[in-house]
Amino acid sequence: MMLTRRTADGLWVSGLLLPAVLTVVYFFLYPMFVLCLTSLHSAAGLSLVHYTDILAKPRYRKSLFDTVFLSVTVTLVTLAISTLLSMVLVRWEFPFKRLYQALITFPLSFPGVVVGFMIIILFGKTGVIPNVSTRVTGKPILQIAYTNWGLFLAYLYFSIPKVTMTMVGSVHKLDFRLEEAARSLGATPGVAFRRVVLPALSPALVSAGALCFATSMSAFGTAFTLAQNISVLPVLMYTEYTLSFQIEAASAMAITLGAITLLFNYAYRTIGERGQAGA
Amino acid sequence: MVLFVVVLVSAFLIVPVFISIIGSFSEYWGLRIFEKGLTLKWYAYVWENYSHTIKYSVIIAAATVAIDILLGVPAAYALSKARSRWAGALEDVISIPVAIPGIAIALALIQTHRYLSGSWLFIVVGHVVFTMPLMLRAVTAALRTAKLAVMEEAAASLGAGRRARLLRVVVPNVRDAIVAGALMVLTMSLGEFNLTFFLYTPLTMTMPVGLYESYASLRLEIGSAYTALFLLLTIPLMTLIQYLGSEKIEGRGF
Repeated sequence: MMLTRRTADGLWVSGLLLPAVLTVVYFFLYPMFVLCLTSLHSAAGLSLVHYTDILAKPRYRKSLFDTVFLSVTVTLVTLAISTLLSMVLVRWEFPFKRLYQALITFPLSFPGVVVGFMIIILFGKTGVIPNVSTRVTGKPILQIAYTNWGLFLAYLYFSIPKVTMTMVGSVHKLDFRLEEAARSLGATPGVAFRRVVLPALSPALVSAGALCFATSMSAFGTAFTLAQNISVLPVLMYTEYTLSFQIEAASAMAITLGAITLLFNYAYRTIGERGQAGA
Repeated sequence: MVLFVVVLVSAFLIVPVFISIIGSFSEYWGLRIFEKGLTLKWYAYVWENYSHTIKYSVIIAAATVAIDILLGVPAAYALSKARSRWAGALEDVISIPVAIPGIAIALALIQTHRYLSGSWLFIVVGHVVFTMPLMLRAVTAALRTAKLAVMEEAAASLGAGRRARLLRVVVPNVRDAIVAGALMVLTMSLGEFNLTFFLYTPLTMTMPVGLYESYASLRLEIGSAYTALFLLLTIPLMTLIQYLGSEKIEGRGF
């Protein structure tokens, strides 16, 4: 009797799980497996040539390095700005604070293409900054929407809200008394920040940095809206697939990007959880 | 100095959103936004040319939410019951798609499920793959905190069967989490571009794809009017999500 009830319970639980598992297997794992196979396919049978090409072909290599450089720079700048913003959100009290927080969180719901458009509105040919500067000085400045700087600013635009919201929780948990103690022992605000706040925040910074890097590496829509001659890896993957019909090369790039983002997302989760457990 | 940076960054994030709404009423956006006065004609233009994208986006988002609930809620419940090591591993596997770029998932789907191409269901499949983990996680977290084991035992001792326990005890207790998860999935699906861009056809164009097309036309007035319509749809959702108290909005790439 006991055993049959157990078996029936097990069947019930498996039955509830099955539709989700089948969906994931059929519409995710199986396609990813085929993507892997395609990336290993070459005229001479199975080979890693499409992966080594990413480093060997100058055009591919440049795209990979540009994308990594852009993502690292964006991550570092975002971490600096977001540390500041998250501390402002936690510690400052000002009127309409909730509204302010809502406003700077809205970009999280924007598709990448809308992020690109926001940069065009600010820095495009008749964007806000060039227009204002033309009226004031007679010459447009910062018409940079379609340059590397525009791309950099666009990546900041989606990274800052994301990283700030990730860090707010950790800043909340900071022990204010430690800073006060440091200050009362004669530390300047700068020293107290460097020696007390930053070390306490470092797990959160590493974890949020990993998330930011992963997001930047895989951003497509934003770069696609703004890109003129710069080609980040996701956009290169798209052009190789649609314009050059290089589906094997495109698949290898997709797997490479997938592996990088999976790794950094994993780092974000594990370091984040460890940081929270320690706090 | 700190204040200056904070104001500058905040303006950078907030100002263009408002400018795009203001600019959507401009007859001609030249050196001044309202060089030739005000008009509503760009809204009429967008409605005429792109209203089908709004329709498709809403249908696809609604279908995605429905499927996520039907698949994700039972799965979350089952995972909470099966407290073994493989349950944890299974949860991890189901969650992988959230960490993979949409363009990689799309390139994979194109190679294996080409028979779906041209159908709006192809886009739904893509959206379900990467949003179901969000629903699963929202419900799993709620199941962990609710004291369901006790309540279920009580219900069982009163003669409730398994299905009655799931539908009458468990689901009502995690309803808030399901609603929060649904709002999140709705927002993600409405704004998804990267994956959709590989799977759409001109007949199944969604709003973000249409937005891209309108930006490529380089007419700021049209792009602004269309963006304003998009914001009209998503900002209430975002406000609701924040009101319900989830600060972290996870998942989608840009």
